[in-house]
Amino acid sequence: MAEATTGSRGWRTDLAAYRAVLGSRIEAQRSYRVSFAVDLASSLLVGVVELAEVLVLYRTVDRIGGLDLAQILLVFGLADFCFSLADLSFGHCDRMPTYVRAGTLDVLYLRPQPLLLQLVTSDISLRRLARAAVGLIALVAGLALSDVPWSIGAVLLIGIALVSGYVTFAASFVSAAGLQFFVINGAEMTNAYVYGGRYAASQPASVWGRPLKVIFGFFFPMAFTAYLPVVTLLDLPGSDFLPQWLGWCAPVAALWSVLFAALCWRAGVRHYQGGGG
Amino acid sequence: MEQSRYRLAALAGLVANATFGLLKVAILFATVEAAGGELAGYDVATMSAYVWISQGLLGSVNLMGRVDIAERIRTGDVTVDFLRPLDVHTAMIAHELGRSLFNLLPRGLPSVLIGVLVVGMATPDAPSSYLLGAVSLLLAMVLSAATVYLVAAAGFWIVETRGLQLLYMVAAGFLAGLFVPLWLFPAWLQAIALSTPFPALLMFPTDILSGRITGLGAVGLVGAQILWLTVIMAVGQLMTRAGRRHLEVQGG
Repeated sequence: MAEATTGSRGWRTDLAAYRAVLGSRIEAQRSYRVSFAVDLASSLLVGVVELAEVLVLYRTVDRIGGLDLAQILLVFGLADFCFSLADLSFGHCDRMPTYVRAGTLDVLYLRPQPLLLQLVTSDISLRRLARAAVGLIALVAGLALSDVPWSIGAVLLIGIALVSGYVTFAASFVSAAGLQFFVINGAEMTNAYVYGGRYAASQPASVWGRPLKVIFGFFFPMAFTAYLPVVTLLDLPGSDFLPQWLGWCAPVAALWSVLFAALCWRAGVRHYQGGGG
Repeated sequence: MEQSRYRLAALAGLVANATFGLLKVAILFATVEAAGGELAGYDVATMSAYVWISQGLLGSVNLMGRVDIAERIRTGDVTVDFLRPLDVHTAMIAHELGRSLFNLLPRGLPSVLIGVLVVGMATPDAPSSYLLGAVSLLLAMVLSAATVYLVAAAGFWIVETRGLQLLYMVAAGFLAGLFVPLWLFPAWLQAIALSTPFPALLMFPTDILSGRITGLGAVGLVGAQILWLTVIMAVGQLMTRAGRRHLEVQGG
């Protein structure tokens, strides 16, 4: 397998190679200035519109699912910031079906580097930084406006939530890519939990019924990326199935997502028989 | 084999549709309940109708901005289309309309069935709602093809329309009222939305089919759709003619 061959080479030369590849990707995007500016603007607009969808609802009522505007800003900010960063680094795993159909994936198999690393470094979408900025602004506004009981524990919890959230979303991109080896024309199936997951993560999970809590609370642990850490942080009452202390378990949820992603990815890579031609 | 692949694609679309639908239901129901059971004229049953009808329309109205002819214009293959004894503009719309109508079966119907059978939703009493609703739905499909065509036709001048398509996707979903009904927007945002054709693609047919807007109000919405269609078809014709003269085929 491709993975086995890298062990013999030094990590340092490997890293230098990846750094060179990533550097060239970044340079390539910056050199088409107009197109890059349009990309940045539309990415910014994506973030603004997603935030507007939340704000429009809060214009009509004060609280949804027990959260007020400042608290939902915090949830939205955490979820969207982490998702945008995961999208920036792993988002193009989405294009897996195109690579399989076009046969370009076969080329990646031939190179003596792990398939996933090649896929990840094949593109870094800098434009998605604009969307991450919207998430970051919402996050900072949420922290400033809601009564955060600042302490070392609080800072630790926010740090844990940010890292776990990023890992959870990144893992969902990878598991989706793995599953797409099996369902080439069924990309929408995985979109349901990747992009549906982002939408779910920015909601107060207390509004979900039991089936949604099972799916997006635990199996695809979206409630752990933002809602639960915020509930723990602000000492808010938990809800059915989702007790308050669960916010500390975000790393467990992230670990489960990584395990699931590893399973899907391995199964997918082994299942692949080549594009023919 | 090929057929079963497409059946999988249809199933995948339905799964995505239902997932987003359930998440929309959860947050919008909670909002209606937080408002005391009634919000901008919506109760839980009519909100459910809004969610499942609008989700069902997603396979039939194009809010993504992506369309095959954009690639044909970019690569220059469209020159072949210009040689055919068919109008490029109307042929594309007819083609898209066929796809839209077909998608009502695997996408539209199951979504509404989930709404009626699983979640429960309001259904209109007046027969006129169904009749006007069908007309409005048909108009929305044609209008959606005609609007997306404009995005693709911009490619006669700017070649790469990917950025434009992305802008269309973001603006269309929001202003058509895909995630939040237009009538929950503040007045200024509603005014902005109503100055674009997007509400006519999704919000208007949804309002008529759900029986939320009936009688003269519904006739008014259909009238607005016809007006938009006339304007956008005219712009499409002008762009096609000008584009044909401007067309550059790259490469040799």
